[in-house]
Amino acid sequence: MAPTKSAIPAIDGWFTTEGSPTLLGSRCRTCGTYAFPRETYFCRNPECDGMEFEEVPLSRRGKIWSYTDARYQPPPPYRAAEPYVAFCIAAVELTAEKMVVMGQVVPGVGVDDLSIGTEVELVTDVLYEDDDHEYLVWKWRPLASGDLTGDAHG
Amino acid sequence: MADDKKVAVLGVGMHPWGKWGRNFVEYGLTAARAALADAGLAWRDIQFVSGADTIRNGYPGFVAGATFAQALGWTGARVASSYAACASGATAVAAARAQILAGLCDVALVVGADTTPKGFFTPVGGDRKDDPDWLRFHLLGATNPTYFALYARRRMELFGATEQDFAAVKVKNARHGLANPNARYRAEVTVEEVLASPMVADPLRLLEICATSDGGAALVLTSTDFARRHAGGSGFVTIPAVSTVTPRFPQTVIEMPNFATDSAVAADGGIGPGFKRSIAHAAYEEAGISPEDVDVAEVYDLSSALELDWYEDIGLCKEGEAERLLRDGDTAVGGRIPVNPSGGLSCFGEAIPAQAIAQVCELVWQLRGQADGRQVEGARVGVTANQGLFGHGSSVVVTK
Repeated sequence: MAPTKSAIPAIDGWFTTEGSPTLLGSRCRTCGTYAFPRETYFCRNPECDGMEFEEVPLSRRGKIWSYTDARYQPPPPYRAAEPYVAFCIAAVELTAEKMVVMGQVVPGVGVDDLSIGTEVELVTDVLYEDDDHEYLVWKWRPLASGDLTGDAHG
Repeated sequence: MADDKKVAVLGVGMHPWGKWGRNFVEYGLTAARAALADAGLAWRDIQFVSGADTIRNGYPGFVAGATFAQALGWTGARVASSYAACASGATAVAAARAQILAGLCDVALVVGADTTPKGFFTPVGGDRKDDPDWLRFHLLGATNPTYFALYARRRMELFGATEQDFAAVKVKNARHGLANPNARYRAEVTVEEVLASPMVADPLRLLEICATSDGGAALVLTSTDFARRHAGGSGFVTIPAVSTVTPRFPQTVIEMPNFATDSAVAADGGIGPGFKRSIAHAAYEEAGISPEDVDVAEVYDLSSALELDWYEDIGLCKEGEAERLLRDGDTAVGGRIPVNPSGGLSCFGEAIPAQAIAQVCELVWQLRGQADGRQVEGARVGVTANQGLFGHGSSVVVTK
């Protein structure tokens, strides 16, 4: 049996992959402002001189702020599977962080399945693969109604 | 309107937009020579050259001011080159205007030109994992139309915009561009044809998303004293304001090429009216005018839906009323406040560093009464609006 490929993040340090995955943002120790991807030098709040940040997991759940899809294959450096399959992209509002974060939506979901306000949660999925690895990225997955009642933690 | 903030536009010129496949310098030179001829001035009269850069044409594109100066023949003129993505042209205008208003020169030439590849704009090459513009393509497959579509979907949800509205913007602009000799696309189109074109990024279709084009545009700007001496009693168009504002924190609308908005948790002072809203309003304030004074506007219709956002953002109507303005025919030539009489990006496609300059060219022709076949009668005040990625506002007020 051929050895299975190991799955690694397509970019280091932007999200976790174990268990329930989360995006990794930063939080300014001075004013509390979040950032994604992580801020490491200066706080973006012009009223804040903060230069120290803690790495924080961002909320795994949010509500769709807007969404679209990619009917045409995006150009490189996107690495599309062949044959190309269209996918959705959502911009998702995170309540606690008061910010909006973009991500692809998991395969099999079309624009007709989405609406503004739809609740989604973060998962990881394969972005592309080569001979050695599967490369993972974060994606948004719409919550079925069962998920909403089944897990109160979010 | 404060006279001490005004510069004169003595000359305007363009190389027609298209997909000509030639060196961008040729387009810039054609436009520059046309602007000089229009001004009745010679290249030797230019004291300051302000180039708008292109990043897809190698080193000469990064130093566009010097590239155009060398191609016109070195004269020792002072030079600057500006890059601000789609707003590069306005930044080059701002640089020239500042030189003139500071008394450092009397006569300046502003030039922008581009040669573009086919298809989606893609990031500059190389493996660049610290560049959000590279990463958004790599990790998300997020093209420019992705972002345009996010805004379009918001309009449908918040304000009841329909696919027919987005198509109607395209139909209007196609009609405007019919008689424009510099427009690339000069053909009428129907709502049905727009809605039959392929979906690119739902809800936006191929005919509602601007193409990428080759083209060049140029302006000859001078001090008003110089213009009075040179033009005599014939009068001239002036620029009393140029806005190159950046966003204010927290920016809560997702913008190209970012993955996320700013976080608003620390925004004690609340959240302002938004970046796009601030762009033209900063120009109005500088010019001492209000949106009611505007007779004609050229706005950046990267998508047909985005044009509707601009109606509100430049103050032609309240938020949520853009569809009514469009449906009532107010923004068509002959209507109350025509928008994009040139045909807009819809008819031009985008030649990035030339585009904000081309917007000013159109308004100058409009205010002079020289916009054959698309003239806004009696126009005396015009405004342009545009936004470059990474936070570049661009708005120019033009008055007679």
